[in-house]
Amino acid sequence: MKSLLPVLTVVGAILLLWVLAVVPMNMHLTADQAQRDGLVVSPETPAARQEYSGLGLTLRNPKLIAATFVQERPRLPSPHQVAVEMWNTIVLKNITSKRSLVYHGWVTLSATLLGFGIGTSLGILLAVGIVYNRAMDMSVMPWAIASQTIPILALAPMIIVMLGSIGIQGLFPKAIISAYLSFFPVVVGMVKGLRSPDGMQLDLLRTYHASPSQGFWKLRLPASVPYLFASLKIGISASLVGAIVAELPTGARAGFGARMLVGDQYGQPLVTWAALFAAAITAAALVGLFSLLERLTLRRMGMVQA
Amino acid sequence: MIWAGIIGALGIWAAGWFINTRLANGPQLQTRFVQILVPVIFGVTLILIWEWLVRMLGVSAVILPPPSAIAARLAQELPTVRFVSTLSVDFGGSKLWADFEQTVIKGATTGYIIGGIAAFGVAILADRSEFFTRGILPVGGFMAALPIVGTAPIFVKWLGSDWESKAAVVGVMVFFPILVNTVAGLRDTTVMQRDLMRTYGAGYWPTLFKLRLPAAMPFIFNGLKIATTLALIGAIVAEFFGSPTVGMGFRISTSVGQLALDMVWAEIVIAAIAGSSLYGLMAWIEGRVTFWHPSQRK
Repeated sequence: MKSLLPVLTVVGAILLLWVLAVVPMNMHLTADQAQRDGLVVSPETPAARQEYSGLGLTLRNPKLIAATFVQERPRLPSPHQVAVEMWNTIVLKNITSKRSLVYHGWVTLSATLLGFGIGTSLGILLAVGIVYNRAMDMSVMPWAIASQTIPILALAPMIIVMLGSIGIQGLFPKAIISAYLSFFPVVVGMVKGLRSPDGMQLDLLRTYHASPSQGFWKLRLPASVPYLFASLKIGISASLVGAIVAELPTGARAGFGARMLVGDQYGQPLVTWAALFAAAITAAALVGLFSLLERLTLRRMGMVQA
Repeated sequence: MIWAGIIGALGIWAAGWFINTRLANGPQLQTRFVQILVPVIFGVTLILIWEWLVRMLGVSAVILPPPSAIAARLAQELPTVRFVSTLSVDFGGSKLWADFEQTVIKGATTGYIIGGIAAFGVAILADRSEFFTRGILPVGGFMAALPIVGTAPIFVKWLGSDWESKAAVVGVMVFFPILVNTVAGLRDTTVMQRDLMRTYGAGYWPTLFKLRLPAAMPFIFNGLKIATTLALIGAIVAEFFGSPTVGMGFRISTSVGQLALDMVWAEIVIAAIAGSSLYGLMAWIEGRVTFWHPSQRK
């Protein structure tokens, strides 16, 4: 709780910078608009105004400052415009409407969760295989580590088209990309976790004459839980990014990525910004959910003090 | 044909697996040669199975081209190296080189450097105040988990479709991981160490340069290494939103549209090599700078 005030201060500072940036960013637009509405703007022609920077123009036309915050198609929307747009598309719209962000969010979220489930399950299985089989460890582990340094996301458009041409469309291709992105962090994290019990603990189990499967269920698996949660938090945000990017190159009609693209192509910056913030909130909620689960689980397992 | 294909693939798999199992449980296990050989055999096995299945099952090249076709495309599009009287490299006709230059050198590297310097500067400033540090750590960690790559259309609109907008996206993407790691690293000295500096009469700046920055280096390099992958992702994905007619992201999206998948795979090979090289470069510099750290000791 003691970091609440500092966090609020930093968030406040970011918002303040944003609000201040709105004025020069939108000044040219606003000046053009004001001139069409018959106001006196200095300098008088749009060509002459291009000579000035946004800041310079602001200093010459201070009376237009208020108008920069309410442009219909701003270069940089003000925070309240984004908030209003989000309120309109999340709360006021019927959630089955094609313009509701809840609808688009669910399209992206369902692909994210399906892919995350697949990727995490396969990742855990592979990690168990790696820990118990030395050949597998030596063959696969270097590739799993190396794959984290390559931009896997570049594969997204191709996977979509590849699966599309053999007749798989919609949710599943996006889920594959999400699965792929969450897979490797989980493998690497779980291998580390399953190996975290030290020699002393393993020896203790041996003195108890524990079988290998007992050793797995009673020592290795519980010991890996903190590592698993750390990987899950990385994996879920990677999955969401994967699902969003997967919607971009194919002209998907629904989802956060599709909304960003629509806003971009039809000159509706508010749509893009609202989708962006909704995606950010979704990502934050997912990571927050896993942090909560982590705290509850670890407390229940007695791994952290309550 | 289908059965021959599947049985053949299983045969290749079994052969590769047999060799690896023998090597992994053999007497030379600890030698460096075997440690490198085993993953290489695994990779080669996968590529052979891929080639075999694509040929035997007659998979169309617009779904999955065989590795040999990808290699041929790579060889064709790479800069040609000629040796007449002196060694000369012809970059002119190479699409892959032009894309690499546009995306990796202009977009990703510029953005990486700008974002890194900005993050480092903000971290040093914030570090002067305990209050800001406590605020920046959670907010930065939170921002680092967000899908920042979605800001690409906005930056393309502001800065045009050339590499400047890509560098901006990359800069924002790498900013938060580097910031959080630097701030966390600067806090990583013990009271005992700081007290020692005080007994030497060292002020803020000597303490920063002689104790706290060196102590923060492992954290800073951790952030820098995470950021290399992010930089490439940002530069490539931002090109999906609009780019000049050159660049890796542009080539990937247009080649997918033309069903020229061998070109797409060639770009992905280049992206993978670029990603691992950037990461390797950072890891190498880290080894030079933080040679004293326990994790670097051989």
